[in-house]
Amino acid sequence: MAQFGFENDIQGILKLDMPITNAPMARWQRKASTSTSSALPSPGKSVNLSLTTSKTPSKTPGKNIKCTPSKVGGDRFIPIRNGQQLDVASFLLTKENEPLDPNNPALENQKAWSVSLNGYAVEEAKILHLGGKPLNAPEGYQNNLKVLYSQVTPSSVKKTRYISSVPDRILDAPELRNDFYLNLLDWSSRNLLAVALHDNVYLWDATRGEITLLMKMEREEDYITSVSWTKEGNYLAIGTSDFKVQLWDVENQKRLRSMTSHTARVGSLSWNDHILSSASRSGHIHHHDVRVANHHIYTLEGHTQEVCGLEWSPDGRYLASGGNDNMVYVWPGLGEGSIGNESQSLHCWSEHQGAVKALAWCPWQPNILASGGGTSDRHIRVWNVNSGSCISALDTQSQISSLVFAPNYKELVSGHGYAHNNVVIWKYPSLTKVAELAGHEDRVLNLALSPDGSTVATVAGDETVRLWKSFELDPIKKKATRMLKSTSSVIHQTIR
Amino acid sequence: MTSTLKGITLKGSAELVAEFFSFGINSILYQRGIYPPESFTRVTQYDMSLQLTTDGKLKDYLTKVVAQLKEWLFDCTVQKLVLVITCLETNEVLERWQFDIEYGCGRRTKSIKTIQDEIRSVIRQITATVTFLPLLETACAFDLLVYTDKDLMVPEKWEESGPQIIDQSEEVRLRSFTTSIHKVNSMVAYKRTDSA
Repeated sequence: MAQFGFENDIQGILKLDMPITNAPMARWQRKASTSTSSALPSPGKSVNLSLTTSKTPSKTPGKNIKCTPSKVGGDRFIPIRNGQQLDVASFLLTKENEPLDPNNPALENQKAWSVSLNGYAVEEAKILHLGGKPLNAPEGYQNNLKVLYSQVTPSSVKKTRYISSVPDRILDAPELRNDFYLNLLDWSSRNLLAVALHDNVYLWDATRGEITLLMKMEREEDYITSVSWTKEGNYLAIGTSDFKVQLWDVENQKRLRSMTSHTARVGSLSWNDHILSSASRSGHIHHHDVRVANHHIYTLEGHTQEVCGLEWSPDGRYLASGGNDNMVYVWPGLGEGSIGNESQSLHCWSEHQGAVKALAWCPWQPNILASGGGTSDRHIRVWNVNSGSCISALDTQSQISSLVFAPNYKELVSGHGYAHNNVVIWKYPSLTKVAELAGHEDRVLNLALSPDGSTVATVAGDETVRLWKSFELDPIKKKATRMLKSTSSVIHQTIR
Repeated sequence: MTSTLKGITLKGSAELVAEFFSFGINSILYQRGIYPPESFTRVTQYDMSLQLTTDGKLKDYLTKVVAQLKEWLFDCTVQKLVLVITCLETNEVLERWQFDIEYGCGRRTKSIKTIQDEIRSVIRQITATVTFLPLLETACAFDLLVYTDKDLMVPEKWEESGPQIIDQSEEVRLRSFTTSIHKVNSMVAYKRTDSA
């Protein structure tokens, strides 16, 4: 009988359709099953084994040479088997074959519990999965979906262009007069930057980098008070401390005229085609027609102190003036029917609390004037000269010495003195700060924009001229604008 | 057990469902980023382009499972198919895709085209779930579980396993499709993320 049991064992082990839920039967288990009885058999095992166990308890292994000699229910690995274990084992074995009573309420309760705990009805289903080596992604593979889905869209990232915080160039400007009320910087449409250093006027060629001394005052004690290029860029008007206005031909480096009309130094100049307006410390503004011998054709009176800011609008309809008396005047342009010497200003604004030297007209929006106040005011004010109202006011925290509109990106640039000594770029019309250009060690006195609008030149009390290339246009955009401009000009030509 | 000639046979239905599982599992693996997207190739199925893996081992594994599934579907012994995604390091279950299978509903004959349309919408929905499922940031492993009848003979190499439920899960029920012999319901459960 023992040998049958053993044979059955071997057969059972060798059968291939047996479930391999556990490792192959442990040696001690095999021994135990052949000799007496075993512990809890695995559920998948056939009934054969349990039968052999029950059959052979009486037969001591001593007779069978192949089986290890041991006591009842034990072998050399587990010498003593607890009798209770055998009872439990046989009880469980027999119970497994009993049919389930579906009407048993306790059982239903149990079933409900098991479903909720296990997530499925244990009695009805079993869960299988294909065993084997776990399949994982190759080493080092990181789920890069995160990158894909959290990437910011390019448009929202590139809102502002790169504005360099250092100047493109620094030019030395020794002996520059650190006088707030003078206008010693101007950039011509032919790309020549005119800088007045005390009694000299130097021209810096921005395309070639050459410096030319245009003129020098005759008397040592006199100094230049203002410079202004004509629209074409071939003539330069120079205001001096000896109350005169000189007109120079730059190509031939010759002085064409010296005009006398003022009774005080000529602090500001502005061109309107052939009309040159000049303003002096007396507060008077004179219009000169440079083509005629009797050049002084008009006088505007309004300011009571030095007029430091003077700007004609791009369309030539208005003249804005700002003075040390904190007033901003807007004067009408000279029409054909101008009457006598009487002058009536269109607007007179006294909102500023400081000297108004900074004045700028918006080149792309008509009738918009920006003005900036001095130390006690520090505000930029934007006016509509049609309605006469102040559109917006912005506190810049510093004395404003100069304002310039930069059309390339529709921005307003302000030059500051006390206390920051910097240049600030503001988005127009929202007046949100775009960038701050710091570098000057003393108050910025003047700003001038290059003819292509890409660079702003600043002159300051630290005797330097700094060029900031902050408005460089994209080459693609440049092409587009050029195309647009060319087509629009064609249209203008044909329409009569 | 065959229906009319116009309709579909059990064998055909089993094939359709098994095919759906094959493509569905591939799509899930691709969308959730369990395997690198470079290891997938595009194929056209159900009138849309789907991703199939080219990884040898993975392909083998999937073929085995799907073949076995087809058999069980034919025998009507499989109840559910579950795809479990676990974190590689912590062995925590992160996502659980469950497909329930019901049998013998409705004697309506359905054209293969209708069935394919339905399958297409389910797979499209699976792809769309990517928008709300939390990102799987750690490296993950996946496993396929099959819920079968209790007394089914377990084939070689298949082992028993637990249900691998997610604790604190959010569940989303997806569309179902039916071949008039088999009905497949889909749902996805994912670990609730604490962030708002």
